[in-house]
Amino acid sequence: MTERQLTRLSADEMARGLAAKEFTSVEVTQASLDRIASVDGDIHAFLHVDPEGALATAADVDDRRSNGEQLAHLAGVPIAVKDVLATKGMVTTCGSKILDGWIPPYDATVTAKIKAAGLPILGKTNMDEFAMGSSTEHSAYGPTRNPWDRTRIPGGSGGGSAAAVAAFEAPLAIGTDTGGSIRQPGALTGTVGVKPTYGGVSRYGLVAMASSLDQAGPVTRTVLDAALLHVLMGGHDPMDSTSIPAAVPGVVAAARRADVKGLRIGVVTELGGEGFQPGVRARFDEAVELLTGAGAEVVEVSIPSLEHALAAYYLILPSEASSNLAKFDAMRYGVRVAPAGVDDPSAEQVMASSRDAGFGDEVKRRIILGTYALSSGYYDAYYGSAQKVRTLLARDFAAAFEGVDVLVSPTSPTTAYPLGDKLDDPLAMYLGDVATIPANLVGIPGLSLPVGLADEDGLPVGLQFLAPQQADDRLYNAAAALERLLEDKWGAPMIARAPELEAAR
Amino acid sequence: MSEPVKGISRDDVVHLAGLARIDLSEAELDHLASELPLILEHVASVQQAAGDDVPAMSHPVPVDNVFREDVVRPSLTPEEALAAAPASDQQRFLVPKILGES
Amino acid sequence: MSETETLVPFEEALTRYDPVMGLEIHIELNTATKMFCACPTEFGAEPNTQVCPVCLALPGALPVVNAKAVESAIRMGLALNCDIAEWCRFARKNYFYPDMPKNFQTSQYDEPIAHDGFVEVEVDGETYRIEIERAHMEEDTGKALHVGGATGRIHGADFSLVDYNRAGIPLIEIVTRTIEVPPDKAPAVARAYVAYVRDLIGGLGVSDVRMDQGSLRADVNLSLKPKGSTVLGTRSETKNVNSFRSVERAVRFEISRHAGILDAGGKVVQETRHFQEDTGTTLPGREKSDADDYRYFPEPDLAPVSPSREWVEELRLTLPEPPAVRRARLQADWGFSDLDMRDTIGAGALDLIVETVEAGTTPQAAKKWWLGEMARRANETGEDLDSLGITPAQVAEIQALIDAGRINDKLARSVFDGVIAGEGTAEEVVVGRGLEVVSDDGALGAAVDRAIAGDPDAAQKVRDGNLGVAGALIGAVMKEMRGQADAGRVRELILEKLS
Repeated sequence: MTERQLTRLSADEMARGLAAKEFTSVEVTQASLDRIASVDGDIHAFLHVDPEGALATAADVDDRRSNGEQLAHLAGVPIAVKDVLATKGMVTTCGSKILDGWIPPYDATVTAKIKAAGLPILGKTNMDEFAMGSSTEHSAYGPTRNPWDRTRIPGGSGGGSAAAVAAFEAPLAIGTDTGGSIRQPGALTGTVGVKPTYGGVSRYGLVAMASSLDQAGPVTRTVLDAALLHVLMGGHDPMDSTSIPAAVPGVVAAARRADVKGLRIGVVTELGGEGFQPGVRARFDEAVELLTGAGAEVVEVSIPSLEHALAAYYLILPSEASSNLAKFDAMRYGVRVAPAGVDDPSAEQVMASSRDAGFGDEVKRRIILGTYALSSGYYDAYYGSAQKVRTLLARDFAAAFEGVDVLVSPTSPTTAYPLGDKLDDPLAMYLGDVATIPANLVGIPGLSLPVGLADEDGLPVGLQFLAPQQADDRLYNAAAALERLLEDKWGAPMIARAPELEAAR
Repeated sequence: MSEPVKGISRDDVVHLAGLARIDLSEAELDHLASELPLILEHVASVQQAAGDDVPAMSHPVPVDNVFREDVVRPSLTPEEALAAAPASDQQRFLVPKILGES
Repeated sequence: MSETETLVPFEEALTRYDPVMGLEIHIELNTATKMFCACPTEFGAEPNTQVCPVCLALPGALPVVNAKAVESAIRMGLALNCDIAEWCRFARKNYFYPDMPKNFQTSQYDEPIAHDGFVEVEVDGETYRIEIERAHMEEDTGKALHVGGATGRIHGADFSLVDYNRAGIPLIEIVTRTIEVPPDKAPAVARAYVAYVRDLIGGLGVSDVRMDQGSLRADVNLSLKPKGSTVLGTRSETKNVNSFRSVERAVRFEISRHAGILDAGGKVVQETRHFQEDTGTTLPGREKSDADDYRYFPEPDLAPVSPSREWVEELRLTLPEPPAVRRARLQADWGFSDLDMRDTIGAGALDLIVETVEAGTTPQAAKKWWLGEMARRANETGEDLDSLGITPAQVAEIQALIDAGRINDKLARSVFDGVIAGEGTAEEVVVGRGLEVVSDDGALGAAVDRAIAGDPDAAQKVRDGNLGVAGALIGAVMKEMRGQADAGRVRELILEKLS
């Protein structure tokens, strides 16, 4: 098999080939590393690549396999990790200057699980600084480009993980999703992205932006690959107090079942009207028709309090972030910057100047906004009110899920927009998160599946499935069914239509 | 529930930057002072969304009483703990002089 | 500014003002691990050897609550007669300080685990009820060593060195409601309250409650209101109060200081002050201002705590006898008078006497040593009784030597000196210093003969039945024996020979 063919395998195909000894982990890992070397100068999905570490793991897995050891299904399949997860001995920056060069002395639980299962870690992927952003343009180390059109954003904050998978630099990646940072880049790059139920995957070692919203999840090219990675990374972790003490729902079986006959699907009224691009709307409607044709019962469902969701989100997130990011004070770690023109500065002054120098504009904007929303006299009006909106939303979703098994909406109102387009208009950028943030506010799982290219710009469109808490398996069943229906219609996976990057160089 | 609050002045931003320990430049202060009121206007709707009878949700998945047994696990070594410190001395983190006490 | 203020004598201040106090006590729990991580909590370990990603606030780390700390908090709450919350959360108290790794303290805000309790303390035979507003769980900070400058103190330091071993050690903060007692009793009530809480918590076994090591720390909040007024004055918050005596002194000093400011028409500054052990005064620390905005919000990284009523009742059964009940029982067992008991408690000798009695000494003898010889030594050195360097078991051993007639009370003082000086056990000190009394009747008899021969007048008077004069002869014998004789036996021998 050529390197090109190896990089285009799904993770499941790769795992089967490794198990059948058709090729080695060193071969597939080297193929990914070569692909990264060839295209990532352009795409900039990675902040850090670790060829030695990845190949060492691959060689070790190959040895163990040849010794007849029982290995995890995904053992030997290379993976990219968003730079927001702590990796022991490997630089972790969260896309921020303030953590430039920081090497964690410990592994995130997700990292530890990946290592234990023998997946070679290719490197760390680019992201908006501390995951604050929807375009990966807020990375302190420069933006990631969309493999479908390199003048456009890949979405964010996890644009690096999505682009790495879309550009065949890695078959698998880890993302994190606070308001859509896995699902929206998935939609914009034509990949699959899943935000599990809050508490389904450990947050230990995930550098927190908004503690009550953050959740790590799989970034892949197929629904089955996402399920396989979900099972590997998920499950109860005693190091995370908010981790659900239950087994991961049967997502792999659900992805294999792929049957929507009799499934009750609700189309969310509020997500799809004004502000949604016609091409997004068209692909979404076609996908819903396919599901109907396959025997699903489709109804329209209203979630009235969605009206307030975006506002609540943009109060809760900055509030929690302002507190979570206080630890970055350049006293114990991080880049210490002395204030200019001050003799013998105090700790207070050095903290303030380091935080000014180390944080980018979007981070500072959100910290100041969050500080305001929590401050005395404003707490009830802002943070308190926003937390009440979560209760209203949760009640609305609970009512909706009494009538349907899953909800659907477009993942993002638009396809990928040009780099720089919304950089100076934070409000416009925030509006792009309208469909994804509700899942984070109420802790339910969401999955984005590519459903075609928009007519007006030829760029990928994503459809989002939502399910009740801990019913993540429903997402996989429905999404795998739709994935199959679309592939049957197209005759090939959508990702096969992505541009050949090397040819374009 | 308190009265709807609107408006945020440049002085407010200066005060907030102090609370948040960020030494914002004059230009940054100007920029935020013009931008934050617009953002606040968009998020102000939450104040009218729910009545007093609606409880606030701090945790999206309700799980209570998550405890750990009182059993020691190994700590980091001092070398690991101090490895990323901008400055250290005598196995301690060296920080600039501290002005006030807590 | 405040260094130049005039002080109004305590008694005079009370003629014009009534003090209003509030006391905050921080108790460091003696759990094996920290509040939110599994690092050990040994006191005095090498710097930064008891730290991990959680208590260093490394990016990504998350807290998990120590079950034992919650259990200890509930038991403390019950002992303080508090209600235990059915459901409560932790909250983040946000402020920047280099000894606090996360730059927020994980604490509890409007949902403390224990609330609305009370204790009763006794001062000069009167009982005062102190209302407890709340007891909540939180974590300690690291320790900064200030280097350079003239004093080694925070002011004038060139830089600081921070050790995070203490960061994250579980603390319970106990907050009283405002305490208003007869003005002249305020300092003593404050002291009695802290001492009572020390005994109470010590009895639970959840903390070492050592003020000298900082495992019990008291903050004294004080304000004055003019006689007849109902308007509360501005309060000061005095920290660094490291002994019971200092609690009393801090209250007295602050009353004098506040009165001085108010008399001069000034305004008391709302600030943190630090008690100075050497001078008995307080010095200003950080000024509290409107800028203090802790932006509390519920801690999203920790699950709410909802102790089941069954658990609470189970824990209630583990509580030791309440101090008042225990004291009444001990007083009856020991046959102490009310005055004896008051002196015992006032001297902080209750547990020491209990342990001495348990080691085999009679209550009267134990009281004699602890309230006599030991109290005198403690007064001389300014130490507490339990830090003199002598244990109840050692006192019991020395008393046993007396009871066996091997030493007398006077020699015993020398034995105490030896034991405190580290010369070994009481037995070893007796041998080492050659302190044993002469009980050999031959040697004693010869000395008695010499004493009778040396003072024939006295001898004759004793023969005539004037036994009171025998003291002179006994004194002569004891002098010759350099004190190492059993005075009782000497008396017997004299009376035998002169009968």
